[in-house]
Amino acid sequence: MRDLIRRVARPKRTIMLLPLLLLSGCNWVVLDPQGAIGASEKTLLITSVLLMLLIVVPVIILTLFVAWHYRATNTKAMYRPDFAHSLPIEIVIWLVPCIIILALGIITWDSTHRLDPYRRIAVGTQKPINVEVVSLDWKWLFIYPDLHVASVNEFAMPVGTPVAFNITSDTVMNAFFVPQLGTQIYAMAGMQTRLHLVADHPGRYRGISANFSGDGFSGMTFTAIATDQAGFDAWVQKARQSGATLNGAAMAKLEQPSQDVPVSYFGSVSGDPFGDLVSSFMGKAMSMQDATHLSTPPATNGSSGMAGMNMKD
Amino acid sequence: MLGNLTLAAIPLDNPIEMGAVGFMGIVILVVAGFVTRYKLWGYLWREWVTSVDHKKIGIMYIILALVMLIRGFIDAIMMRTQLAFAYGKHHGYLPPPHYDQIFTAHGVIMIFFMAMPFMIGLMNVAVPLQIGARDVAFPFMNSISFWLTAVGMALVNLSLAIGEFAKTGWLAYPPLSELHFSPGVGVDYYIWALQISGIGTLLTGVNFFVTIVKMRAPGMTMMRMPVFVWTILCTAVLIMAAFPILTGTLALLTLDRYLDFHFFTDDGGGNQMMYVNLIWAWGHPEVYILILPAFGVFSEVVSTYSGKRLFAYTSMVYATLAITGLSFIVWLHHFFTMGSGANVNAFFGITTMIISIPTGVKIFNWLFTMYGGRVRFDVPMLYTVGFMVTFTIGGMTGVMLAVPGIDYVLHNSLFLIAHFHNVIIGGVLFGYLAGFNYWFPKMAGFHLNEKLGKCAFWFWIVGFYVAFMPLYALGLMGATRRMEHYDNVAWAPYMWVAACGAVLIMIGIGCQVAQLVVSIRDREMNRDLTGDPWQGRTLEWATSSPPPFYNFATLPEVNHAEPLWDAKMRGTIERQARDHYEDIHMPRNTGAGFVIAVFSGFFGFAMIWHIWWLVVVGVVGMVLTLVVRTCNDDIDYYVPGEEVASIEKAHFLQLSAAEMEKQHAD
Repeated sequence: MRDLIRRVARPKRTIMLLPLLLLSGCNWVVLDPQGAIGASEKTLLITSVLLMLLIVVPVIILTLFVAWHYRATNTKAMYRPDFAHSLPIEIVIWLVPCIIILALGIITWDSTHRLDPYRRIAVGTQKPINVEVVSLDWKWLFIYPDLHVASVNEFAMPVGTPVAFNITSDTVMNAFFVPQLGTQIYAMAGMQTRLHLVADHPGRYRGISANFSGDGFSGMTFTAIATDQAGFDAWVQKARQSGATLNGAAMAKLEQPSQDVPVSYFGSVSGDPFGDLVSSFMGKAMSMQDATHLSTPPATNGSSGMAGMNMKD
Repeated sequence: MLGNLTLAAIPLDNPIEMGAVGFMGIVILVVAGFVTRYKLWGYLWREWVTSVDHKKIGIMYIILALVMLIRGFIDAIMMRTQLAFAYGKHHGYLPPPHYDQIFTAHGVIMIFFMAMPFMIGLMNVAVPLQIGARDVAFPFMNSISFWLTAVGMALVNLSLAIGEFAKTGWLAYPPLSELHFSPGVGVDYYIWALQISGIGTLLTGVNFFVTIVKMRAPGMTMMRMPVFVWTILCTAVLIMAAFPILTGTLALLTLDRYLDFHFFTDDGGGNQMMYVNLIWAWGHPEVYILILPAFGVFSEVVSTYSGKRLFAYTSMVYATLAITGLSFIVWLHHFFTMGSGANVNAFFGITTMIISIPTGVKIFNWLFTMYGGRVRFDVPMLYTVGFMVTFTIGGMTGVMLAVPGIDYVLHNSLFLIAHFHNVIIGGVLFGYLAGFNYWFPKMAGFHLNEKLGKCAFWFWIVGFYVAFMPLYALGLMGATRRMEHYDNVAWAPYMWVAACGAVLIMIGIGCQVAQLVVSIRDREMNRDLTGDPWQGRTLEWATSSPPPFYNFATLPEVNHAEPLWDAKMRGTIERQARDHYEDIHMPRNTGAGFVIAVFSGFFGFAMIWHIWWLVVVGVVGMVLTLVVRTCNDDIDYYVPGEEVASIEKAHFLQLSAAEMEKQHAD
């Protein structure tokens, strides 16, 4: 109690402690990124807020001050009922927001290209790990096309190795999102979206669907495990030891709606369930084009995209 | 006979819904009993239901909006209490199917049946008066617009008692809203409620566009229009350009659901993102349809209560026009995470930010209007200052979300929810409440209770901050929207604070209800006899409160941007009735608008439940009523000059009595 009083009595210190208090623990996941993409998104967030506070704080203070100072009961304040035009003021009030937005616009153009989810992350000469992600009612299926294992509601990635995600949906739209790693992206049936992420620190990160998808939406969480290479190999081994095979029958089972689904593994993957799934919505005759993407470098993924939206024959 | 409608459609097993239905039933019965007891049915029919008077239609719009504000708020507080309890192992008291309907209904009701009618109500009340006109350009169409909106509202509320409402979120994204994933009638209620009320809104847009362009008083050039009229003109343009997109998009969804088309389905060549693009091509201009009139209200209020001309009128007009244009090229910022390329995302991010420039200029203009003024803190002015502070914060978080790189981690999170409530409560709603308090004496002829109005303001603004600042924090903690329960127990305290904020807002709404009740009870003591309670500057204050049904006995000549203020300064205000008045040409009341809307209600209900014979009855009824109305030549009449003279005499007598009284008081 006395301690509290002392703190209150010394407001400066209390104020300095406040942000620490707020940032304690790892609850503020967006501000506590564990990967390069998330980290630069956090920097971007803070930069843009600071830039805008340059104008927001003075506006708020001025508003309150002017409203109070020119209150009707304050007869000492000047009264200029005809003051309705001033070229210098008008130039300034158009110019200042323009400058801030110009700065922010440049930052936006640059950061949007840098953080393009389709852009490959370069970490030395390391090859990215490919993971195919399928949203289902209401769980996530992760397929490792090169390692021939799959899992439900959990996936693993080695720390420092970029991961190339290929994302689609077997149902309504969802959004694949691991807040501490960064960028989310929609999962849409009949289309595939791409996302590149990297984890810089080992840990178990919470993943969610960030787009409402029906009754089981709230329980549609998964875990992203970032671990060292040995841990990753062990995870793959664990998955392999599962006797289950991801084949047509297993997919049909997964397609049945279910909620709060526990983690499970598939020791082997038969064929190309991801590609089959994407093309199943578009009809097999459709061409092998990539999804909605227009302007970024060609996909990093070995499986070069299956059916998609562009219906060129 | 009844299509898909069976007794099973009534949710007898859901005590919450049945309680709500019972409550609505009781309210309707009490009102009906009251009307019968005092033999008011005839009065209601003659004076209100069949009225084509813009002032009465405006009041009906506002009553509808206030009732829906309460309905939408009940949804809101249910969500907040659910999330206050549903953490860890607890799943709260609302299972997903019910919770999903609630958040969908909350969004739909607050936007379409609270904000839109509130805005249209205010423009109905104020615009014709401000431009010195006797009514809108198409008074009968105005009546149709209102009743179509009322029917849409009725359908949404009917879904509570019969069937279910959509469980898709307020924009009903496919494929979730397709038949395969939403086989119930919920989405059909959504579609037909929005289609019917949307037609009403489109007609309002046309009506006010024509009214403002063609019916301004002589001498009122475009650059002499009050800023509120400018914002309504821009809103009308936006409505005319955007609402057909909504109608078309919902029509395509209807074809998918009813006739097995594949516009937006997963398979068969459908493309869900086409719907998302189209709905936001309407949805983003819709945001400006809501906020521009609020900006207009603030412009009127800040100038009146500062006792000054609006600072930089011309800047204000161009800023409004810039926002109107820009609002059509930003829609993609609602789905940066779709996977479009960096150039596309950057383009839409930057256009979005550019909108903040004219908006920022407006804030500065209001600020410099107060500068050098004599600011009176009546309720509308409190809302205005509250808005300027709150909206600035909301604008900042909006620009944050406009940066694609930031949106990638905050999209669809509670941060987004906090942002748009920040601008919709702190901007749109505060604006409408300011306008309501500002124009209430004009509409009703008596003042609102000031003390309760101030209480309501303080509870609203404090409640807003308590309810939504925690949501910003939760968004940064990775909490997403529309979740029905969550496993991260650390979020719970923030949810509790937010729930407390909702309770504060509830008290604020309670104050508003009390304010209305007390003011109506004390109306004789608080008559506005002068017609100009706030030292007004524009034409609506130049006539009595409430204005006579013909608004102006002689159409005003305008040669100044603030005609009333100018007349006051030059002492050219008329102080007594003229000897002679011209006959006034007025439209006759008609029940046709109401009848057409009732048939549209049958049509909508029948489409929802596949009762095909009733669909035919609805369509035939609508068309026949319109044909009969079109063949009726007796739709207008002349008010004799003598009648005008006697009304005007009474008004000027009252006015001089009020002035005498005022001099005594001084």
